[in-house]
Amino acid sequence: MDWTALWLSVRLATATTAVLLALGIPLAYWIVFSPRRWKFLVEAIVALPLVLPPTVLGFYVLIAIGPLTPVGRAYARMAGHGLPFTFEGLLIASVLYSMPFAVQPFSAEFASVDRRLLEASWSLGASRLATFARIVLPLSIRGLVTGIVLSFAHTLGEFGVVLMVGGNLPGVTRTVSISIYDAVQALDYESASRTSLLLLLVSFAILASTYSLQRSVWTKPRH
Amino acid sequence: MTVDVAPGSVLVLFGPSGAGKTTVLRQIAGLDRPDAGIICFGDHTWFDSAAGIWQPPQHRRIGLVFQEPTLFPHLSVEQNIRYGVRGQTTVRPRSDHRQTTGRPRADHGQTGARPVSEIARMLGVDQIGKRSARELSGGEAQRVALARALAPGPQLLLLDEPFAALDAPTRTRLRRDVRALLHRLGTRAVLVTHDRTEAMSMGDVMAVMIDGHVRQVGPIAEAFSHPSDAAVAASLGVEAVLPARVTASSGGLLTVAVARAELHVAEREPTPPGSDVYACIRAEDVTIETSSHARASARNRLPARVVAIAHEGPIDRVTLDCGFPLDALITRQSREELSLTPGAEVIAAIKATSVHLVPRA
Repeated sequence: MDWTALWLSVRLATATTAVLLALGIPLAYWIVFSPRRWKFLVEAIVALPLVLPPTVLGFYVLIAIGPLTPVGRAYARMAGHGLPFTFEGLLIASVLYSMPFAVQPFSAEFASVDRRLLEASWSLGASRLATFARIVLPLSIRGLVTGIVLSFAHTLGEFGVVLMVGGNLPGVTRTVSISIYDAVQALDYESASRTSLLLLLVSFAILASTYSLQRSVWTKPRH
Repeated sequence: MTVDVAPGSVLVLFGPSGAGKTTVLRQIAGLDRPDAGIICFGDHTWFDSAAGIWQPPQHRRIGLVFQEPTLFPHLSVEQNIRYGVRGQTTVRPRSDHRQTTGRPRADHGQTGARPVSEIARMLGVDQIGKRSARELSGGEAQRVALARALAPGPQLLLLDEPFAALDAPTRTRLRRDVRALLHRLGTRAVLVTHDRTEAMSMGDVMAVMIDGHVRQVGPIAEAFSHPSDAAVAASLGVEAVLPARVTASSGGLLTVAVARAELHVAEREPTPPGSDVYACIRAEDVTIETSSHARASARNRLPARVVAIAHEGPIDRVTLDCGFPLDALITRQSREELSLTPGAEVIAAIKATSVHLVPRA
């Protein structure tokens, strides 16, 4: 089994999830509470990775972070090397690719908070930001957990985007799904099946524990 | 409209469903922005479309209570009540808030609000501070919502039919407690309701709204007894509403002083002597006699003078002065048989069961 690849995938998924938590909460807040009419465009862009072939997304990310764009060139000047085929490049691609899996559960949960609770909080002098921190976030734990878990699990299993942006460098960009692909290419079915089974079990365990958690935590019957 | 509301008293926004009462309340609260106009409270301008002034709800220092008790479900009762207080007690470190319940504390708002614990005690929720907000009954939750709204010492309390979802005994008790509390705190309130009994028991001044417009503003009894037009009269119900006081009680019969006169009233709900009430009498239930010797079952036979007679189709509305104004509806035939004219001295007869008392909360 390719432990290096598995460890890389776990690191990538963790980092992606952390970034999505930091970016996704403000973005979901904006989508839910902004009065802007054109916010549906932002929602559509966030949801794109759900329907776009990963290769298409990966292709555009590869171009965007490569030496053909000012951003890519600026990064290359600062870091001394380009973004494509690096862990950082992979991270950017993963964040974009898993964005809907974080933002959509977040915003769905934010939107489900009773609006009168927010109005009560405002009338008690709490600013919109304080109301979000003290009322909306605590009442959205379930959606936050769902978003975190889905982002993690989705990143753990990504293939096409990684292949396009990261290539196949052992320890740097060869994630677990690529290592399975390699094993199959090399007719090493035994290794492929072991890794596949592990990925299957890990994914299932993560999802099952999340759903069981949602049942018990915040679902006490109300009067 | 401009209304003078004394400290501790209640302005009732009364009207049928869909009259726009809640919209007005939400605009006062700053939750909705009117298209145009001005909203002022005392010296403060909260909204002025011409001058481009808009104060968000956070800056208006209001308390808000909805029909449903909208407590923060993830917080305890005490955390709910203290939710709005934290920002104002700027000097005290936050940890200090947790250690006390029951002991009077110096949680004064800018207008010298009572300590939070005292408000909680007066609303009877001081013993359940540790419970979760989602474990409360409807009545308890609404009491906590009221305590939460009053705790920061608001300059105006806005109540949107806050008692409508409660059962009758709970509702009556809570009305009384809230009114007593507003008096003690000197807090002004606006109460939205379409319930006449609630308007009478809670209100001091009433604004009647119909189809989005305020049609009449005035003291409760005046608004009920002298509707400014037919639409207001229809929404209020046609009844004389007379400020009165219970003076005696015996054998299920109450004696009630109305102006200079006394009425005997069948006791439906226990009402101790000394209670302030409104006596409500429908014009259909008032009969007119010219001789005081007739034997009849009506307990109340008041000497009266005919002030005016108005024709309402086949029915005549006879306005009487019995020491207080009272209308009687009689047929034209009766009026002709009694040969009533303005100035005539008559007897107004009212059955003890036809007088409906609404206790002041």
